[in-house]
Amino acid sequence: MSSDHSTYQPATGFGKWMDARLPLMRMVHDSFVSYPVPRNLNYAYTFGGILMVMLVVQLLTGIVLAMHYAADTAIAFQSVEKIMRDVNSGWLLRYMHANGASFFFVAVYIHIARGMYYGSYKAPREVLWILGVVILLLMMATAFMGYVLPWGQMSFWGATVITGFFTAFPGIGEPIQQLLLGGFAVDNPTLNRFFSLHYLLPFMITGVVILHVWALHVTGQTNPTGVEVKSKTDTVPFTPYATVKDGLAMSVFLMVFAYFIFFMPNFLGHADNYIPADSLKTPAHIVPEWYFLPFYAILRAITFNIGPIDSKLGGVLAMFGSIAVLFVLPWLDTSKVRSAVYRPWYKLFFWIFVANAIFLGWLGAKPAEGVYTTMAQVATLYYFAFFLVILPVLGLIETPKRLPNSITEAVLAKKGGNGGAAASAAASPETRG
Amino acid sequence: MTQSEGAGEPTRRDFLYIATGMAGVVGAGSFAWPFIDQMRPDASTLAVSSIEVNVEALEPGMSLTVKWRGKPVFIRNRTEAEIEEAKAVALSDLKDPVARNANISGAAEATDIDRSAGEGKENWLVMIGVCTHLGCIPLGQAGDFGGWFCPCHGSHYDTAGRIRKGPAPQNLPVPVFSFVSDSVIKIG
Repeated sequence: MSSDHSTYQPATGFGKWMDARLPLMRMVHDSFVSYPVPRNLNYAYTFGGILMVMLVVQLLTGIVLAMHYAADTAIAFQSVEKIMRDVNSGWLLRYMHANGASFFFVAVYIHIARGMYYGSYKAPREVLWILGVVILLLMMATAFMGYVLPWGQMSFWGATVITGFFTAFPGIGEPIQQLLLGGFAVDNPTLNRFFSLHYLLPFMITGVVILHVWALHVTGQTNPTGVEVKSKTDTVPFTPYATVKDGLAMSVFLMVFAYFIFFMPNFLGHADNYIPADSLKTPAHIVPEWYFLPFYAILRAITFNIGPIDSKLGGVLAMFGSIAVLFVLPWLDTSKVRSAVYRPWYKLFFWIFVANAIFLGWLGAKPAEGVYTTMAQVATLYYFAFFLVILPVLGLIETPKRLPNSITEAVLAKKGGNGGAAASAAASPETRG
Repeated sequence: MTQSEGAGEPTRRDFLYIATGMAGVVGAGSFAWPFIDQMRPDASTLAVSSIEVNVEALEPGMSLTVKWRGKPVFIRNRTEAEIEEAKAVALSDLKDPVARNANISGAAEATDIDRSAGEGKENWLVMIGVCTHLGCIPLGQAGDFGGWFCPCHGSHYDTAGRIRKGPAPQNLPVPVFSFVSDSVIKIG
């Protein structure tokens, strides 16, 4: 890991000269070439790299789109249509950016689910996890403000509803909302500041991503066994092993991304956002982008007052709480065993959690009435119970399966006795089980 | 420089340390202020605007929506049946028992007369048409109580614009308005 001795050898005269003055190449070499990664990483571990690629895609397409976009309520909608129709390749850039946001969230949700399944948030990786939650929050703010920019009906009413959350807080709520909007309703000042912040936040995300990767390189990666790296035979060098695996996963991911861009670019969007914003007409059915639907369902599930907290504030608190609970996840899980592979009950509850989250997403797109509300309440209950009841209790009562002594042992046991395993075993006889 | 220096007589450095620290705090605070202040509604947004609306053409049962301060204002000439329906509601049935009428006392109860334009003009209902839940615009003459219905999260308002069912916490607010003449309403 970071304490390992650097193996960088400058090959050229210039490389040596530079290395003595600014060892940038040494840092790149140590972090992405010789950096040891667990030998048993599966494809679930490739989404970190995929997310880096998506961040770059969003930054590049966004910077270029900003050259053609005008943040003024009178012309914002037309300027987006101009990008679609007049600007050379504008349609492609915009579809990349709009679908890129969706695929960014696809990747981040898989990345988070992987972290939860393999217990990546447990000591000593709490800070790594918390930085990830910070990135998620920044991504949500960025995506929300970006969706306002085309100034369609969903942009306008989405912004109205989401900034309306703040009015739920007694006393300070309305001043905060006015501070966000720059007025009494969503209008030109709102659009201008959202555009400015939408441009700023991705760079803040980049900053936190650097901290996230730094923290990762201090503790090293987890792996499907959850057993820490113990000897050199447990790891392989980042290049070529992880580089190629990440590269293959990126290629497949980007092909699916490209399929959406070229064949179903508006599948994940909402048709109403091709209607210019009208401040006097609310669309019949306001829905946020798909990646916010589970949280939207939680917001709407609270239809009852809880003591002094009215239903509106309760919904907003539940929605913010559903993200906030992630910050303390490392301390809610009491189990000493990291990976769900060795926790039969946790594995079951985890997959129910995943199904429940998808179910909440489906409910978020349904009208908030009748049986849907009841179902959303049950699903919201499970969401919070998973973190606040199941995880703390399960760690105390669950009997985990026997853990392997090392990553190498786990890998060899899985391979049975084929040639590759024999060769590895020969290279590391001391770890043979 | 030794550690023990701080324990004895204050030195010139102690003074400079505190003075610089205080200047830093005051400086940072005053530097931050314009950055926060600029976010507040600007002068053009705040400019007290009032509008005058001619309601001569509004027959009973007809409504008009006008834009005031960026928000829709509903003006409705209510029918007799609607007024009777609203009057028949007991105050104890209301989710929000406060009138929310900017023209009268803040403590007034949400009776039909205190929601409307008042004695003799009870048929006129003027309200800001923004759902008190999360800011959507309710649809007129819809919902379970024949008043307004917000399609976003299912809030039902009655014929006096009072919240009866759903997540919205308050009645639709009545803005400051007055009748300039029998057929012209001034809002704001």
